[in-house]
Amino acid sequence: MSWLSDDALARLRSAASAPDLSGTRYRLIGEVGRGGMCTVFLADDPVLERRVALKVLDVPDTDGDLALRLAREAKILARLEHPGIAPVHDVGRLPDGRVFYAMQYVEGPRLDAFAATTRNLLDRLRVFQRIVEAVAFAHDRGILHRDLKPENVMVGPFGQVLVMDWGLAKALAGDEQRASPSSTPAGPHTGHGAVLGTPGYMSPEQARGEVSRLDVRSDVYALGAILRFLLKSDDVPRPLLAVCAQAMADDRDDRYPGALALNADVTRWLNGQRVDAYPESLLQKASRLYTRHKAAVWLIVTYLVVRGSILFFSRR
Amino acid sequence: MENEPRGNFPPTRWSAIEAARSADPAERRRALDRIASVYWKPVYKYVRARYGRSPEDAQDLTQEFFASLVDRAALDTYDPRRARLRTFLRSCVDALVANSDRDAGRLKRGGGIAPLSLEYELAEGELARTGLPSPERLDDFFEREWVRSLLATAVEQLRAACAAKGKDAVFAVFECYDLDDAEPGRPTYADLARDLGLSVTDVTNYLASARRELRRISLELLHETTASDEEFRREARSLLGHDPE
Repeated sequence: MSWLSDDALARLRSAASAPDLSGTRYRLIGEVGRGGMCTVFLADDPVLERRVALKVLDVPDTDGDLALRLAREAKILARLEHPGIAPVHDVGRLPDGRVFYAMQYVEGPRLDAFAATTRNLLDRLRVFQRIVEAVAFAHDRGILHRDLKPENVMVGPFGQVLVMDWGLAKALAGDEQRASPSSTPAGPHTGHGAVLGTPGYMSPEQARGEVSRLDVRSDVYALGAILRFLLKSDDVPRPLLAVCAQAMADDRDDRYPGALALNADVTRWLNGQRVDAYPESLLQKASRLYTRHKAAVWLIVTYLVVRGSILFFSRR
Repeated sequence: MENEPRGNFPPTRWSAIEAARSADPAERRRALDRIASVYWKPVYKYVRARYGRSPEDAQDLTQEFFASLVDRAALDTYDPRRARLRTFLRSCVDALVANSDRDAGRLKRGGGIAPLSLEYELAEGELARTGLPSPERLDDFFEREWVRSLLATAVEQLRAACAAKGKDAVFAVFECYDLDDAEPGRPTYADLARDLGLSVTDVTNYLASARRELRRISLELLHETTASDEEFRREARSLLGHDPE
């Protein structure tokens, strides 16, 4: 019987879990992350002379269901051609039987790490808006993400924002054919009662396992939770808190009807306009208008003071 | 993609956990041998390390433990939805040791089942090399020894399979690169090619082939010694991940 030292044990575990890339065009560089069922590796593609990320199913697939899920995720991604969503380059099966797909390798921190080093509220909101745009695009193509959270967003060094990990994505009711014509849109893992998602970012209806009832407003809830996360450490303006509250309303009928409506409210706040989610008092409205038109207000006030002074002194 | 083969796992499997509950004595014995092949060293070392038992006492307790799994149907109470098999087995060992303290001198040596033939001196030799764990690492000790035992069993099966197919060179490359604790540093593929009289391409291909086979054998062993697909998947991540959970 072989004696395995601790070092040999570590080597064997690493060797047995590393993807077998023999017979493929890729050369392994290293591991970059682990998820629920998959591990993501960095690899070199010598044909196109670029680096790619390989997402490899690394738990045993006893009934073939997991392979179908990963292949389905790749197909969904392939249909979502958007600057805010990492493109898929290739999909296949390794010599050891594991299913994988290759996608753009994204360098940069995750949103949670980005937020930890970015204090500026406007910078954070700009990133948030890029996230919402990518999600709104997916909704337009009939796809729900269902696992939106800071850990699933990457922020690149040149301002790129990419929404990652579409493993729980689901075709919207009535959009199955458009979203994924050759796959089963709602397999056993998406049936009623299956609670999939992340606590704190899951809508109440998703947490209750009402999978068949989910619509874009469930992702709107998660976007609201991401916005709340981005606002956490700042002295948060009340209108933005109201935007979060509306996005995260318990009753989905009280939420924004879609991601674009949420984005529009954030844009209104950035432009100094009235936010739909925040009913203002007269004083608050005056204060907002003053802030927005400060220069004009001071110009008018100065004009009135000068004009008044002239009138006052000319009558003496 | 949907029409491709599903990987290396047959839709039905032989489960040692199920077989241990069989009415057929031969089937139960087969199950015992399989479970013991993976778990006897962790159990023996755990008794030695956690309870400070003498080698003789630890040997008796190890035999008693595996006999109880089959003779006294201890596995009947195992529910994979509540715990991993290795967690359950460890708690059974704890209970057995507690009972043996209470019933000192009345230890049953395997009941009606023939004792397992286990090479305790090998386990003692390994304990001498690794040393006993510190008290704060005792909880991880059983898990780590389980990983060591399962992979060592898989390596032996790989060695036998290579020998049977006349692929000794494949195992030699794997042994030099992944098993040997060479000093200083790891050999390069070019070093191995020179030392073993192979081309670098052969070394690359042989190593990939051996690792692929090791993965397959390890997961098959794990498949047989887990009670459900869900447990199998979780344990596979523990086995092949960086740290056992």
